Amino acid sequence: MAVTASPRPAPGKQRPKRESMADWRWGDRIAYVLCWGAGLALCAIAALIMGYMAVRGLQYLKPSLLWSHPSGEVDQSDSGGFLDPIIGTILLTIIGIAIATPIAVAAAIWVVEYGRPSGLARMVESGIEVVAGTPDIVLAIFGLALFQHGLLGWMSFTAEGGAVFGRSFLTAGAMMSLIALPMVFGATREGLQSIPAHVREASYGLGKTKIATIRRVLLPAVRPNVSTGAALGMGRIAGDTAIVVILLGATLRLEKEGGVPGLDVLKGTGSTLTSYVYNNSPAGEGNAPEKAYAAAFVLLLLVVALNFTVDLIARRGAKTGLEGTRLGAGR
Amino acid sequence: MITEQPPPIRKILVDAPPTVAPGIAPPAGGHAATSGAAHHRRGEAGPERMTLQGLSVFYGENEAVKQVSLSIRLGEVLALIGPSGCGKTTLLRTLNRLTELTAGAQRGGTILLDGTDVDALEVTALRRRVAMVFQQPNPFPMSIFDNVAYALREQSRKRPGRSVLAPLVEDALRRAGLWDEVKDKLDAPALRLSGGQQQRLCIARAIATRPEVLLMDEPCSALDPRSTAVIEQLIGELRSDLAIVIVTHNMQQARRVGDKVAFMYLGDLVEYGPAEQIFDAPQAQRTRDYVRGVFG
Amino acid sequence: MLHRLRQPWSDRRAELTLGALACAVLLVIVLMVVFVANEAWPTFQHNGLRWLFPGGNVDTQINTMVNAGAKPPAADYHLRAWPLVWGTILTTGLAVVFGLIFALLASIFIVEFAPDRLRAIIVPVVRLLAAVPSVIYGLLGILVLVPFVGNHIISAHDKKSVEFIVQLSGASLLVAVVILTVMIVPIMIAICVDALYAVPRGWKEGAVALGVNRWRAMWTVSIRAARPAIIAAAVLACARALGEAIMLSMVSGSVGFAPNPFDGPRLFLLEPLRPLASTIVEDSESLQAPAVRSTVYAFALLLLFSSLLLSLAGYLAKQPMKKYGVRS
Repeated sequence: MAVTASPRPAPGKQRPKRESMADWRWGDRIAYVLCWGAGLALCAIAALIMGYMAVRGLQYLKPSLLWSHPSGEVDQSDSGGFLDPIIGTILLTIIGIAIATPIAVAAAIWVVEYGRPSGLARMVESGIEVVAGTPDIVLAIFGLALFQHGLLGWMSFTAEGGAVFGRSFLTAGAMMSLIALPMVFGATREGLQSIPAHVREASYGLGKTKIATIRRVLLPAVRPNVSTGAALGMGRIAGDTAIVVILLGATLRLEKEGGVPGLDVLKGTGSTLTSYVYNNSPAGEGNAPEKAYAAAFVLLLLVVALNFTVDLIARRGAKTGLEGTRLGAGR
Repeated sequence: MITEQPPPIRKILVDAPPTVAPGIAPPAGGHAATSGAAHHRRGEAGPERMTLQGLSVFYGENEAVKQVSLSIRLGEVLALIGPSGCGKTTLLRTLNRLTELTAGAQRGGTILLDGTDVDALEVTALRRRVAMVFQQPNPFPMSIFDNVAYALREQSRKRPGRSVLAPLVEDALRRAGLWDEVKDKLDAPALRLSGGQQQRLCIARAIATRPEVLLMDEPCSALDPRSTAVIEQLIGELRSDLAIVIVTHNMQQARRVGDKVAFMYLGDLVEYGPAEQIFDAPQAQRTRDYVRGVFG
Repeated sequence: MLHRLRQPWSDRRAELTLGALACAVLLVIVLMVVFVANEAWPTFQHNGLRWLFPGGNVDTQINTMVNAGAKPPAADYHLRAWPLVWGTILTTGLAVVFGLIFALLASIFIVEFAPDRLRAIIVPVVRLLAAVPSVIYGLLGILVLVPFVGNHIISAHDKKSVEFIVQLSGASLLVAVVILTVMIVPIMIAICVDALYAVPRGWKEGAVALGVNRWRAMWTVSIRAARPAIIAAAVLACARALGEAIMLSMVSGSVGFAPNPFDGPRLFLLEPLRPLASTIVEDSESLQAPAVRSTVYAFALLLLFSSLLLSLAGYLAKQPMKKYGVRS
């Protein structure tokens, strides 16, 4: 289309008069100033936290800390690194998300695609909201009561008298899955709901059954949503402390339990970066602030990386025309 | 044997350079003699309220409105017609500087409100004088009373009490022809009203503060024929103390409510004149094709 | 067997399997209530509901339980946990109130007033802050803020004025509330910003087109329309604050003391405390003592009950706007 030579707003022309605050009420003016104050304070707090953690982290983080085992020495120079907590964080995150994802996706599919009886479906939705609102410390202490039950003794260590210890990677992971579950469920449900009805109708129109439609059409379409939810859930698991302290035993090193290779680690206890930070802070037993700062910095990097992954998935999902569902993403 | 076949119509429409009718400048006096068919023609147009001089709007590199000059008079309804995407809504939104909310929109040319450049006016002050009704009825999630009182409350520096507001709200609702339907449920949520009632509520909300110009962006496109008729009649009645600009892609509606009609196509103002002229004796080929329904 | 699994599932079978998995979540909730209530029962048996009331030193009472051994006499179950409950109410309430005000203002800033370039930075930053583990906030609190308050804000005079009641070290209500607020604000901002963006464009434009200034349009229309989401944000933040255990046990001083508003606002803010959730963490070492176990589970039951109430409150909060046709 030919653009005719209309005069653009000439640079010399005075700019249109903007909104002036001259006739604002005083309350509004104060609120406006407070808005700016809050926004700038937010930036300042974020910069302070990140900056301080980066400075302390880089100051105390030595590469050797990443691959040496921790030990119980009191002196900070001898107490080793945090290889075991790093492995613990990774292991626990994987266990938790591996349990949470299938259940959450199944629940989301059932609620959105089947949802009968509708009362039960709504109860499941509210139930998951309740789980999301339950404090992690309550989940932890509930897990302890549950897994100390004799029937579930195979998941952890059983003492000679028959008392079940209840603390292991398996039990902690099972409770961690409850933390991640609402996030995966929410993201998957949103993804399923955003798929227009005609996509399903097109599949039924080709003579596919409902479950085949779900497997071949809907699941591939919501894969970015599931990944987003899973990454968010992993962030929550990696950042949780209460469940680790209570259900993983928070032992310094990975303590194996039983003779079966592989399973022995899962049945055993250990620690994660969060519990390591807690124990090495003045509030814990270790009191080694330098180690705590270094481990907290590694933990922060991990969380930043997971956050970045979420953004990446959301952006890639947007490219394929499927909405990345993320709080405030892309705006 | 005919040697000079006119080319296929669509080809003309897309490729031909814009042909602008002669005498596009606004006529100095009132409009031409009214035809007997129009049901509410009355009176002479009042003084000029808004004047557009060489108005253009750009969205980035795209020129949505090109060099349009028009005048808007008190006591007169100006109907903007044209196919979708011809820039008529953009033009309308420029009049109270709502386009400034859109990132990347730029404006050239001058808009005068009572002889003052709108750029020199404080933007909220301008919008108080040039009110707007939107395509989708958008009553706020409040009661009917609060909706009509909204602008009255928010525009003044002190919050007037309900006793002050009540007569003003009643007056606005009466003028919008809604009073009898809602007088018993002023405190009911506005979103419970029907679509047509909602739109009249929005009109009441817009005229409650007695603006000088009322902009209406396809106010009936989301409504059923009966509500449309009510609103069209309302427009005819409001015209006596307001200048009204209405955007519509419904030519029959433009004919029914418009005193003046401006036909726009791809950002150009193709023809402007009294409604009878545009519909019965259009001067530009393209206007003729459009009002006859050759394209659109 | 494997052969049968590979067959395409019938719709009926798929529905039942998926439904069963979904309902497992409900089973977990039921189990949670049953197990926690069951473990907590002895406390209620011995104290009734009076264990929520004030009376005596709660730390001494818990210590008695720890030392009571495997077969505690009934007297050792004696508990008056008001200081812990009060600590929870204080930290949660103050943090949510301050946090909500701050989050609302910041959200309005982000949505309406922030320059585009600043907005492009601030939104990801908020999301990152929301993901920072609470233990990191706790670490910053105990290593930076607590010493600062202890060395520069609490004077020798302050310490002396309450020396026979409680020791002031810097770990205090003030630090706890500040850090808790910083911790919950990003979550609230994320939800509020989303809700404000989701307000139908017609409403905001409608207000602006009536000549209402940007702040009034935001305040009277957008905030109003986003109210259910804002309440949901407050409820979620409340749940977070209520259940925060580790961070608060690091910065609150971990003393079973009820800060007393009648000591004057200054001392009140500088007094230490310990909320319920932190008590659970700290006493989880002594769970083999039946009295402690029962007490700790009673705390957990109280938290569980409160979070259930909060979920209900969040659900009810969404209802009033439905009559205006606002979907949340």
